[in-house]
Amino acid sequence: MRRYAGTLAGLLAVALLALPAAAQDKPRLGGELIFAVPSQPPSYDGHQEETFGLIHPVAPHYSTLLRVDPFDKTGTKPVGDLAESWTISKDGLVYTFKIRKGVKFHDGGELTAKDVKASYDKIIFPPAGVKSLRKAAYAAVAAVEAPDASTARFKLKWPESSFLLNLASPWNFIYKADILAKDIRWYEKNVMGTGPFKFVEHVKGSHWVGKKNPDYWDKGKPYLDGYRALFISSSSAQVAAVRGERAHIQFRGFTPADRDSLVAALGPKIAVQESAWDCALMVAMHHEKKPFDDKRVRRALTLALDRWEASKNLSKIAIVRDVAGIQVPGTPYATPPEELKKLAGYRPDINASRAEAKRLLKEAGVPEGFSFTFKNRGIPQPYEPIGIWLIDQWKQIGLNVKQEIIEASAYHPMLKRGDFEAAMDFQCGFIVEPDLDLGRFLTNSDANYGKHKDVAIDDLYQRQARATDPEERKKILRVLEKRLLDEEVHVMYTLQWHRIIPHSAKVKGWTITPSHYLNNQLDTVWLTE
Amino acid sequence: MAIAQAPAPELELEVPRVRSRWAEVVRDFCRRRPLGAIGAAVIVLMIAVAVLAQVIAPYDPLGTNFGAMLSPPSAKHWLGTDTFGRDVLSRLIYGSRTALLVGFGASVLGATLGAILGVGSAYFAGRVDLYLQRLMDVFLSFPLIILALALVAILGNSIPNLIMAITVPMIPRCALVIRSSALSIREMPYVDAARAAGFGHTRIILRHMLPNVMAPYLIILTAFLGQAILLEASLSFLGLGVQEPIAAWGLMLRGAAVEFAESAPWMAIFPGLAISLAVFAFNLFGDSLRDALDPRLRTQ
Repeated sequence: MRRYAGTLAGLLAVALLALPAAAQDKPRLGGELIFAVPSQPPSYDGHQEETFGLIHPVAPHYSTLLRVDPFDKTGTKPVGDLAESWTISKDGLVYTFKIRKGVKFHDGGELTAKDVKASYDKIIFPPAGVKSLRKAAYAAVAAVEAPDASTARFKLKWPESSFLLNLASPWNFIYKADILAKDIRWYEKNVMGTGPFKFVEHVKGSHWVGKKNPDYWDKGKPYLDGYRALFISSSSAQVAAVRGERAHIQFRGFTPADRDSLVAALGPKIAVQESAWDCALMVAMHHEKKPFDDKRVRRALTLALDRWEASKNLSKIAIVRDVAGIQVPGTPYATPPEELKKLAGYRPDINASRAEAKRLLKEAGVPEGFSFTFKNRGIPQPYEPIGIWLIDQWKQIGLNVKQEIIEASAYHPMLKRGDFEAAMDFQCGFIVEPDLDLGRFLTNSDANYGKHKDVAIDDLYQRQARATDPEERKKILRVLEKRLLDEEVHVMYTLQWHRIIPHSAKVKGWTITPSHYLNNQLDTVWLTE
Repeated sequence: MAIAQAPAPELELEVPRVRSRWAEVVRDFCRRRPLGAIGAAVIVLMIAVAVLAQVIAPYDPLGTNFGAMLSPPSAKHWLGTDTFGRDVLSRLIYGSRTALLVGFGASVLGATLGAILGVGSAYFAGRVDLYLQRLMDVFLSFPLIILALALVAILGNSIPNLIMAITVPMIPRCALVIRSSALSIREMPYVDAARAAGFGHTRIILRHMLPNVMAPYLIILTAFLGQAILLEASLSFLGLGVQEPIAAWGLMLRGAAVEFAESAPWMAIFPGLAISLAVFAFNLFGDSLRDALDPRLRTQ
């Protein structure tokens, strides 16, 4: 008996110790989340915008058909939002969604499949004069149907492995069909959805306020009474706001130096979440300009880069960290490190790589001290440190590279004109998905700034997009990657961005993902005090 | 009788030391204007450092060394290193080349073009003077930095464009000062005589008027040098001047220097000191030169 009493006492002690932790993990109701937003929403219509300046303050007002699991750190797992369940036909051409019942718009109207159809018709088949930024991502869709109030159906022209994840796009707010029928532009200047928070006010350049939606379909949520987004463009002012506890969080990201200063200043009052970021800086080389038309020269440029060493050091001063191929490390289609180390410019023996680079330059007739201009975007992080690093790396193989900084707003037009020899190219995705990330490397893509022509890449892209078996898709992607980064070196990846979110330790229920466009509905977020 | 021969006394002849006129002027300047002399000494030192940068800089100013990134000042790196492990002292030494190139380039060009316009305006008078001065007024209505910013935005940011962008706002300021001096020279009898002798306008302006406005020209030139260095640093700090990885003082103050101001203050302190010292030196020298050359301010 005494033996059992001891065990019981031990169990009781463990249970008592666990109590406060359990209580702490139980979401607390109430409070206002305050967050800084470094940008502003140009309009209120998610279907036509592409800035996080819209997503961060506006997303909490809306629901989407599917969403990315708010607790999935890879940001690649779709779960139902307005869709309760779904089925996919055997041939992969018909997706049928069961729509939740009892979902109410903020004006009291009930949401039906008709609203889903109207919203997706606006995204995929916009009438003339209506801008839809992601229309091309749904090129496979033949029709959107709403056979009854609780069923939405998508019919595809060809099977597409990325389709389900594409429907979890955070931009695809579901609007009210009646309003769209009256004025398809109404949502550009107004807010009215089915999301966890109702719109209160937007004072341009100052703040955005939302309050709890008591009729939200997910009973018990949201936990917060409301939120307030503060528009603060200066990064030092954002850091000061978090340091002074005037803002709980900024959802885009801070630099390593900002993180360190916040941790030093606030100690246990600050929590830090970090993740690989679905953004990458690449070097585009103009294939129609000499000597970059020669793949030996392009290969030499990538061979000069010591990515592994840079990963260790640049991550201390810039928002970059992982060495990566064409997909974000840690996500389903990312290149395994052993595979990556076989690619040109990724091999651990940098001396051997640089010796090969010098030999290739010599073979291509590029003299020692050859000079060219590298154009970079006038944004400090991480463009500036990556630009300095690239120039230093190329100097190691005898190239004399000058940097020309182009103002941010003039940069994209410059890339489109092809007015460069080598230039920094950039990409940020809202979901890590090969279809979305690699479309820019197709011969006819508007974003093929280096103007390469490669039918093999086009073919491999299409094959991976239509591969329904993930393992088969991975194999095709590895072949595509080898051709793109090693054999032809149409483009070179530098380092993967690294997202750092230092936030008030009071903020719970929010999980970092590789995209700063994801996980902003705030229904799962709560404050400890 | 033996005549005692006394040794001839050695003649101590006072041989006057031959001093050049320049040495005399320098000595006089140092004695009368010690602050100006200090300014001049700093300028000379700065020029020497710029010329001998390759010899005296301990490291390659562009060479990165990640193993030594953000090192504080030490025996190995006297002024510490930056975020790329680049030696701050070496970058400061090479940065003096950029500062002097842009500073001298912009102020010589600005002051010379301003002087030509000012003298021309005063000489021709009438409508030419009226239109030129109104044009100068338009340029003068813009603050120096705003005009330079606009020009860099239009021309793009290379060193020649930067010199041009700093030169343009300096021209009207110089033209105004030189014109006021040239107006009195225009009324001098020798100018009338030259005109009566049938000399051309160009000859009268270049041979008879310009040499007589040299004093205000030199004063303006030295005053503008400090301003031009400051303007170059400001534009580079704003990301519109010299571009990385070129070493330039203003550039060393931006970006990472701000970000790491608390943990690595040496990245901002030393370039800041270099800019202040250079501008201070040029201002001291310019002020003293003005006092020395302006008869009204000359004190015995």
